[in-house]
Amino acid sequence: MLRWRSHRMQAVPPCGPSATENAFITHAATWTEVMAKALHRLANPARFLRIAAPLLPWTAAGAAVCIGAGLWFGLVESPPDYQQGDAARIMYVHVPAAWNALAGYAGLALASAVALVWRHPLALVAARCIAPIGACFTVIALATGSLWGHPMWGTWWVWDARLTSVVILLFLYLGYMALIHAFDEQETGERAATVLALIGAVNLPVIRFSVDWWNTLHQPASILRMDGPSIDPAMLLPLFLMAGGFTLLFVCLVIIRMQTELARRRVMALRRAALVVPQASDA
Amino acid sequence: MPELHAFLAMGGYGIYVWSAYAVTGLVLGLLVLASLRARQSMRASLQEAEMSSPRRRTR
Amino acid sequence: MTFLRAVVERELRLYMRGVVDLIGVWMFFGIAIAMLPLSIGPDPDILSRIAPGAAWAIALLASMLSLERVFAPDQRDGSLDLLLLHAPSIPLLILAKSLAHWLVTGLPFVVLAPLAAIALGMDVQGVWPLAGALLIGTPALSLIGTVGSALTAPVRRGGILAALIVLPQTIPVLIFGTAAVSETLKGRDSGPYFSVLGAFTLAAVALAPYAGSAALRAVRN
Repeated sequence: MLRWRSHRMQAVPPCGPSATENAFITHAATWTEVMAKALHRLANPARFLRIAAPLLPWTAAGAAVCIGAGLWFGLVESPPDYQQGDAARIMYVHVPAAWNALAGYAGLALASAVALVWRHPLALVAARCIAPIGACFTVIALATGSLWGHPMWGTWWVWDARLTSVVILLFLYLGYMALIHAFDEQETGERAATVLALIGAVNLPVIRFSVDWWNTLHQPASILRMDGPSIDPAMLLPLFLMAGGFTLLFVCLVIIRMQTELARRRVMALRRAALVVPQASDA
Repeated sequence: MPELHAFLAMGGYGIYVWSAYAVTGLVLGLLVLASLRARQSMRASLQEAEMSSPRRRTR
Repeated sequence: MTFLRAVVERELRLYMRGVVDLIGVWMFFGIAIAMLPLSIGPDPDILSRIAPGAAWAIALLASMLSLERVFAPDQRDGSLDLLLLHAPSIPLLILAKSLAHWLVTGLPFVVLAPLAAIALGMDVQGVWPLAGALLIGTPALSLIGTVGSALTAPVRRGGILAALIVLPQTIPVLIFGTAAVSETLKGRDSGPYFSVLGAFTLAAVALAPYAGSAALRAVRN
């Protein structure tokens, strides 16, 4: 197996908060230590890759099966909605994409929190890899929502609470990605983006609440609410199949991108080492 | 054949339904493709860097 | 307290030295307001309806223009190191920086925005609510903006990036700030909106200094 000796990985040793910081809350301290130890074990990139590599084909296969079955049940084996007809079938891609967009931001925030609190180097990599995937799901949710809205509302776009929230979510993703790439030092960008992701995570419920409030203030009378009619059980099966498939695909993509990113770091470390010790390769 | 026609028409919403699924497939497909290709090329350059590395392990 | 005052005075001196930039911010506000009738048309009905919201939104955009001046120059010439060295606590430094930023880009709009809204045809009744909402809400904008400025301190020409990452975070302030004015104009009880707006600002006062110091620590290693 490869020896993982990236300077960057070792510059910040994963460790819990210092003893003085939490000495007065022993319970929290032990919990923190247990958590830190468990995370520390995963912090080693080689170990992560050993776990992730065999996991990848299974998640990929699961994603393919779920999405395939979801497409079959969604497009063929489910009844059209009694109000919206076959247009309701857009729901089977729209809603799972929106769920994944939101869950992706939760994952981004979680990884950022782990990176900030426990200085977990792999969490930085994970957060960095989650962002573009989450942004893609957000774009899908927006595009399909617009395509669903046109036959139902008569316009491509309505400023209702949900659509507006998803747009703001997209801006949060894009801001994160812009910030992470703005610095010369890659790690500086990652840490700055970590702080931004956490600010966004704290603020997101407030934004959501404000947008809901705003929506009730300006509610136009003749809008068909998407969440109005209850959903037929026959529609739940493809919905959950697609949601599961999209989630597995998300996991898959995160693993693939993390593998890429870790390989890139290894290449950078090797090149740096080659610069330090030139012409010593004939050992 | 008429069944296929009806299936494709989606009760008159065919354009919307199929473009929604096409957009989803396109975005996700491109994302998967880009991720796989990036991994492939990065692994290739990793191998190259390993070969020329002074710390290369001898077998 | 003496540190807070010293930093605010220093910031104001620096802002005054580059007063052309500040005038530029205020002018941007005026020009953007003047663009509205030119682009939307001079219909008084439409203009008067959008006046308070437009004044709020453009004031928000204008105050984002100067974010690059909060931390980037100090980071570049090294005076940020000295400030951090002498600060009794970093959150206090963030608070001082936001206070100075608010004095030059928040407070002026408390006066300018109602004037602009009137020029757009807002009912005179809306003047006090608009000024009040801006007075209560803009400190939160400066506080959030300062955090964004800290996050982009070492970035070359980071002003646009700072605005980009800050603007989505200011949406709640914008929503409740405009709602407070429009509800008053509709003759409804707008007290709750002012309360929520005040709550946002208080929360920003409590949280932003710590977020800002985490941001400075993150970007300065």
